[in-house]
Amino acid sequence: MKLREYFRSGDAWVWLNAGTVTISLIMVVGIMGLIAVRGLGYFWPADVMQASYTEMDGSKKILIAEVYDEKIDTAQRLREAGVEIPAAVETVVRYSLKVGNRDLGGADFKWVFADRLENIKYPADIVALERYEWGSFFGRLKEVRQKGEPVAIGEQAWDVMQSRLDRAGELSKKISSLEKGDVSRINYALDQLRLEERRLVLRDALTAADVERFTAEKEKLEKEYEGVRLALEDLADKAARDSAVFVAADGIEKEITLDKIAAAHKPNDMNIFSKLATYFHNVWMFLSGDPREANTEGGVFPAIFGTVLMVLLMTILVTPLGVIAAIYLREYANQGFITQTVRIAVNNLAGVPSIVYGVFGLGFFVYFVGGSMDRIFYPEAAPSPVFGTPGLLWASITLALLTLPVVIVATEEGLSRIPRALKEGSLALGATKAETLWRVVLPMATPSIMTGVILAIARAAGEVAPLMLVGVVKLAPTLPLDMNAPFLHLDRKFMHLGFHIYDVGFQSPNVEAARPLVYATAFLLVLVVAALNLSAVGLRNRLREKYKALES
Amino acid sequence: MVFDMGYSVMSESGKTTGMDENHHSINGRAGIPGRADRHPDPAEEPVCLEANNLQLFYGDKQALFDISMKIPRNRATAFIGPSGCGKSTLLRTFNRMNDLIDGCRIEGEVRIDGKNIFDRSEDITNLRRRVGMVFQKPNPFPKSIYENVAYGLRIQGINNKRDLDDIVEASLKSAALWGEVKDRLHDSALGLSGGQQQRLCIARAIAVQPEVLLLDEPCSALDPISTLKIEELIHELKERFTIVIVTHNMQQAARVSDYTAFMYLGKLIEYGNTDTIFTNPGNKQTEDYITGRYG
Repeated sequence: MKLREYFRSGDAWVWLNAGTVTISLIMVVGIMGLIAVRGLGYFWPADVMQASYTEMDGSKKILIAEVYDEKIDTAQRLREAGVEIPAAVETVVRYSLKVGNRDLGGADFKWVFADRLENIKYPADIVALERYEWGSFFGRLKEVRQKGEPVAIGEQAWDVMQSRLDRAGELSKKISSLEKGDVSRINYALDQLRLEERRLVLRDALTAADVERFTAEKEKLEKEYEGVRLALEDLADKAARDSAVFVAADGIEKEITLDKIAAAHKPNDMNIFSKLATYFHNVWMFLSGDPREANTEGGVFPAIFGTVLMVLLMTILVTPLGVIAAIYLREYANQGFITQTVRIAVNNLAGVPSIVYGVFGLGFFVYFVGGSMDRIFYPEAAPSPVFGTPGLLWASITLALLTLPVVIVATEEGLSRIPRALKEGSLALGATKAETLWRVVLPMATPSIMTGVILAIARAAGEVAPLMLVGVVKLAPTLPLDMNAPFLHLDRKFMHLGFHIYDVGFQSPNVEAARPLVYATAFLLVLVVAALNLSAVGLRNRLREKYKALES
Repeated sequence: MVFDMGYSVMSESGKTTGMDENHHSINGRAGIPGRADRHPDPAEEPVCLEANNLQLFYGDKQALFDISMKIPRNRATAFIGPSGCGKSTLLRTFNRMNDLIDGCRIEGEVRIDGKNIFDRSEDITNLRRRVGMVFQKPNPFPKSIYENVAYGLRIQGINNKRDLDDIVEASLKSAALWGEVKDRLHDSALGLSGGQQQRLCIARAIAVQPEVLLLDEPCSALDPISTLKIEELIHELKERFTIVIVTHNMQQAARVSDYTAFMYLGKLIEYGNTDTIFTNPGNKQTEDYITGRYG
């Protein structure tokens, strides 16, 4: 009887509700915490240890490495795997060490037994390099050279190297801005010329004057290019002037030119503040840099850019389409069997797996629409496709199609909530139905429309599967937005954070090194989706404020 | 209690049982000049609206049966009757609001100034401009007070600021709202009280200079003070507009109207001078209704 009273009081129900909310919260906090901790730790300049290690065969060697991961194994398992372990031992601690120096040792990582490490120290003179090629390097600085001649040895070498690194960095920046600016512009112009010429040839309209003009312009561009090329070579020469010699853990000397070094630190010699400064610098480089080494190093800027641009284009496409369709369904169509069928069909579209949209997008948009566009508008580019290949436009359209039902449903919902009395009030003043729609109904439905758009953005920004078929690539050579007219290149392929996660995590040659990048990229993707959503939510709340009395 | 002071004062019957919260508003009203007793029969007045053999169907169901009536110009005419008797439907026929309802079919004719509003040549938006309407619940648009009043004008393409300013001011003055809102014309209309909102809707309707003003139970959602204000307003407005009002409140009909039509089950039972209807109804059903025996 007591129990019955308890259930009648509804307390059990409240507990159930609160528990469900708690579970949801824990899951959200947990997943965010995991990817945040794992991902953000990657940028921290960790201490580098030096230790002597006894290999299984009894030989000893010196290791300089960063402790990357720790794992506790049962001795039983390792014994079965053929490792000799004394009978009394039950568990064994193993470290994954990041030893770097891939060009010397072959592998970046090494699993070691903790109890075989001896004499662990953190010497202040150990240098950790981040290189543009071959990954990290750990060692000690021996000397700095200019054109092969030593200019600084020992104590002062570090400061000399830092200032010369800055110089090399400046030069590299100039090189890359030349490559991204002038070189890309000239190449683009040359390509446009080639296409224009070909177009005229195809139309049989190429006159002698045209030929002359093309030749002149081509010559001019080629001359310009020659100038840029010489400037580039000169810069590259200058940048490669200095080099530094490092001694690795096993005593091998390695000379590295300074333009191949992205950053050099002495992590064991840094205090908390310089570590923090380095940390934020690393985060910034991750956000603003281009990827390197098959995406396993460097930044993700092109992927952020591609994700945001694609979502914005998708929003621009889906909003008017969805709103207009919803207006027809709700305001104009006869509310009969056919309208109801259409409505059900639209709702069901929301449940179609996204990969199906991808296949449809590839078959219909890319090959059929894009291929036809190429045949009609770009015959000069054949056999290479312009729009008949996956690209930004098709990805945006495919995702717009994918999110269309959400916008239609939300807009219809909003339209149906507008009081009939208001529409009648407008009509009674002599407004036509269309005027009523534009002046009263649509403004009042904007919060609902925005809700639909928010849901659409949330869905589209996280979508990867269809994009792999209709436009996303592992590495896009150019951004879809640049300084060459028409500035926005809808035909280009682009990079995407979601695909970047998949690619880095599961397709890269160096999975171990890339793992923290997967977390960092995942964290970033969540942040980007949240930022896109929050801006839409903010917009909606402002609109809602305007019409708030209606909510009651 | 249907029966109360409104009726009893007017009829001087001495039945004073029906005290209600409107009591204070009654005394000043009974002797207003220009009241119904000067207009013995609606048929003798200049006609504004005219319904001839009007039948209305919702699908298979007939809602109005063979209604014929003449509504005189610059008078207030009230439609009374129990819920569902078709009085709102009839009112909404006058500006063709029923066109919006699926399956609604109309036979017969309604003439305004002699011209049938169901004619093919009749422009429905033009008709609605000439026949304004105020609804049961105040329905201001979620815009500023100014924009609410200017709405109908902007629809007509009047966007000149000075013209709009003038008409908005005049309309708000006519609706007895100007003094209360003149300092906050650009605030949201949704911040006004219910009574103010309803007067705003009246201002909005008269801003487009209609000939006829249809009021569909305009006070049913308002408190007694607001109701009083609207009723006073109706007295002033009928100088300029022909007013047709639907009301559930028989005292209100008695107070504001010159003529009263009693409807029952879609039929027009009795139509005539308000005083006559309330003091000496010619029909048994009318008498039963106004004495509170049903409805």
